[in-house]
Amino acid sequence: MWGMNHHHRSSAPADPKSHTTRPIVTGASVLGVKYNGGVMLAADTLLSYGSMAKTMNASRLMEIDQTLIGASGEYSDFQAIQEMLEAKSLQMQSGLLQEREGDEPPMTARSMWNYLRVVMYHRRNKMNPLWNSVVVAGKDGATGEFFLGNVDRLGTTVEDNIMATGFGAYMGVPLLREKWRPDMDEGEARALLEDCMKVLYYRDCRAASRIQLAKVSADGVLISEPYELETSWAGSTDYIPLNTPLALP
Amino acid sequence: MFRNQYDTDVTVWSPEGRLLQVEYAMESVKQGSACVGLRSNSHCVLGALKRSVSELSWHQKKLLEIDDHMLVGIAGLTADARTLAKYMRNECLHNKYVYGTPMPPHQLMADVADKHQRTTQTYVRRPFGVGLLVASVDPLTQKPHLYQTCPSGNLYEFYASAIGARSQSARTYLEKHHETFGDASRDDLIVHALQALVGCVSGDDELTKENASIGIVGKDEKFTLLEGDALQPFLDRLELKGGDDDEEEAGDDAAAEAEPMET
Repeated sequence: MWGMNHHHRSSAPADPKSHTTRPIVTGASVLGVKYNGGVMLAADTLLSYGSMAKTMNASRLMEIDQTLIGASGEYSDFQAIQEMLEAKSLQMQSGLLQEREGDEPPMTARSMWNYLRVVMYHRRNKMNPLWNSVVVAGKDGATGEFFLGNVDRLGTTVEDNIMATGFGAYMGVPLLREKWRPDMDEGEARALLEDCMKVLYYRDCRAASRIQLAKVSADGVLISEPYELETSWAGSTDYIPLNTPLALP
Repeated sequence: MFRNQYDTDVTVWSPEGRLLQVEYAMESVKQGSACVGLRSNSHCVLGALKRSVSELSWHQKKLLEIDDHMLVGIAGLTADARTLAKYMRNECLHNKYVYGTPMPPHQLMADVADKHQRTTQTYVRRPFGVGLLVASVDPLTQKPHLYQTCPSGNLYEFYASAIGARSQSARTYLEKHHETFGDASRDDLIVHALQALVGCVSGDDELTKENASIGIVGKDEKFTLLEGDALQPFLDRLELKGGDDDEEEAGDDAAAEAEPMET
């Protein structure tokens, strides 16, 4: 064997210890927009095992303490994040000295986003990242302002009025930027997200037409059941030829 | 002071079900110079009586800043208080780094109380010999809160309270006037704090800008310390009031405060 005659030499082992270097079971893009009176996220429900469509009905959007979390990338890592945040929430609630006035959640969306940054950055420094790009959406209890932010697997944080992960970062962002207005109502926000999800479905081979929407508004948090987008390959010339621009209809 | 064979170790019960070492630690809080705290609906004010070890020394600091929204007043062993203050400052910084928001006071106070409690159940440790009054504003709700800790690990929230030597007189004053604190202005709270302190000054001494100290946090006010000349206008208001009717002889403090240990 290779090492037999060389054991007296101190050198790097032939098989160095390594952690996650690629995701295995993945979810595609998550999109988000702020609108007048809330913030809305969209994600499809497909999980891919490489290029194989593994599961068609997995939710990649979750609610925790009135904050929405959506994740693309490794699904098992997202599940780990989900459990971590649920544990954190319980821990914070049980640590309360007394009943808080009102129903203020123990952690706001912004602090959850900040906490995720610490976790993701820590893991990447350990060379063992959680392979996700996470979108966080919610409301700031003190100011009543809506929040939309993103943390990637390196611990980079971004805050904006529009948000897109995965392929959406390339093909969703230009469309969202073009159409987004601060005074959009809920219906317009929904239409914009659905249109973008359609473009992603046509262009991204790991995306699906079965999606979920979720919103945080003054009424609280709502996550829709999965539903099918109306898509058709019949008019595919609108989307598919490589020389057509990436535009909304 | 040697009461019986059950008081040499924190972890040993007396037959009456008391932890005498813990109770002795509570005594040391009563030896420290007085500290008062009170709050309105917008502000939380601490007042403290500083001591100097000699004519030639400066007065010992009694109010410590923890963060922009939190300060502590101490009565008892100053060195023990510094350990706790350092811990609290550290927790505040940590919270800011991890969650991006200032430390919620109720959470920190629960942690501080736990830190006290651990010492009462561990053979190798001794209880902290200090009581803290903590003035704070909850960063989320912007409401003021006043907490009090004691060596046993107990934690209380108060509208107004006082700890330390001759503090019974201050508590009597605060109990008498607490109903007006809610809507009181910031400056009125300061005057109330000083007025309460007047009764805690020992016999031939008086409250001056040298030995008094005031700390404030409020809804829109970060930690502010008033000492020396900045305090004089408030001390003047005190004299104008001339009301000494609230001062009481605090000679039998020790008897009044020798209650069984709270559990």
